[in-house]
Amino acid sequence: MNLITALARLLIFPGLLFAVPAAWFFLWVERKSVAWMQGRIGPPFLQPFYDFIKLLGKTTPSREGIGGLLMRAWPLLAVSSAVGAVALLPVLPSSGGFEGDLILLLALLELPALCIIAAGFSSRSIFGEIGAAREAVMAVAYNVVFLLAVVSIAAAQHTFRLETLAGLPSTPLRWLGLAAILVCLPAKLHINPFSLPNAEQEIYSGPMIEFAGPELAMWELSHGLEWVAGTGLVAALAAPHLAFGWLGPILFVVFSFAIVLLLSTASAATARVAIDTSVRFYWQCTLIFAVLAVSTALLLRVRP
Amino acid sequence: MNLWNRFLCSCRRRSPWIFHMNSGSCNGCDIELVASLSPRYDAEQLGVRLEGSPRHADILCVTGPVTRNSVGAIKTVYGQVCSPKAVVAIGSCPATTNVFVDSRTLAGPLNQHVPVDVFVPGCPPRPDAIIQGIAKAAEILAERGKAQPAVAIVAHADELETNEAPKTSEVQP
Repeated sequence: MNLITALARLLIFPGLLFAVPAAWFFLWVERKSVAWMQGRIGPPFLQPFYDFIKLLGKTTPSREGIGGLLMRAWPLLAVSSAVGAVALLPVLPSSGGFEGDLILLLALLELPALCIIAAGFSSRSIFGEIGAAREAVMAVAYNVVFLLAVVSIAAAQHTFRLETLAGLPSTPLRWLGLAAILVCLPAKLHINPFSLPNAEQEIYSGPMIEFAGPELAMWELSHGLEWVAGTGLVAALAAPHLAFGWLGPILFVVFSFAIVLLLSTASAATARVAIDTSVRFYWQCTLIFAVLAVSTALLLRVRP
Repeated sequence: MNLWNRFLCSCRRRSPWIFHMNSGSCNGCDIELVASLSPRYDAEQLGVRLEGSPRHADILCVTGPVTRNSVGAIKTVYGQVCSPKAVVAIGSCPATTNVFVDSRTLAGPLNQHVPVDVFVPGCPPRPDAIIQGIAKAAEILAERGKAQPAVAIVAHADELETNEAPKTSEVQP
């Protein structure tokens, strides 16, 4: 991957120019599907875009010192790492990539969650700290399953290169891993039934409670970009889009949209569960399947 | 006024996020405010979102006759809403203190403490009237944004800003 293709992927497709409108679109789908499930009409199509522009034009409270600086830095770091994660997705055929880019993608996907934890503690609000603590506990719970699922997919195919993984034919083991990733995505995206860190009506907005104006706009955007990156990872590994050449990106977008619809409908249909129940769910129920997947993948490697 | 500013004001009109504050209300207006977000009335079509934190909100919706205990909280929360902002007084209580007039436990009406932009009278007002009041407040917000420069001015946190001239209008029930 040379510099020009890397820049094109980061800035145009599937990076900034594609990912930001897609993030707004997915945020709209999230709100609209909740409205559909409740029998409402819901927000207009451009609503997340209006919200973003409005937030950019609002004032922010002045905060002195290193705390204020950090509170400005966390949302920007979250947005840039999420854009980086989207840019690594293997969407275009023969777009390059490098050995081990799956590991970089996982690290970039994890950074927004770390930023949320840090932001909650930098805001010095009691609700922010509770939200950040919950986010940390959730990250420990779902990441074990999430990482084991990704490792089982990669280890079975003997590669950590995303483009190779996306091009290889699907196996039953990969479908098991993808199902495990899908179970982890609601916790990664803080939507119901695992919307514990930003639980409204309970701890107000959790880690985001003290953020206003442009900083809040960046948090909204990073949430949307996490949607694009998370669903894009599943879509890239599940859909055989690389075989379709230049029709591949369209297939990729359609498949991501289907996953967004599935997850947001599930979130509208469920209620929030308590923190101990969700941690138990990830460690007791799904961990068994993830361990089984990893051990099967390693056993497959032993066979010559 | 340049193009960006006009565009920003249009976005402000279309995305009013509200924060609900109870200043000793009997819960009647609170129920009606929540009902305006329910499937029958669906205020989200206008972009209305009920926010948990006053920092996220544009419009402060106050119910209740403003008890003496709640005055400090109202002023703090009004200072925490970032400008441009608007205040909607929901029900007859914040407008006139209603049947509790001359009570020694009250410090109302609301416009003695914070500048109120829209009064929605009624005991309680219908959800349609509340939605109309919020829509009117969003228009006032957009107009106020036109007067102020669009570039974000850094305001001091938790400080009561009284330099905004109260432009009061009333929603007919």
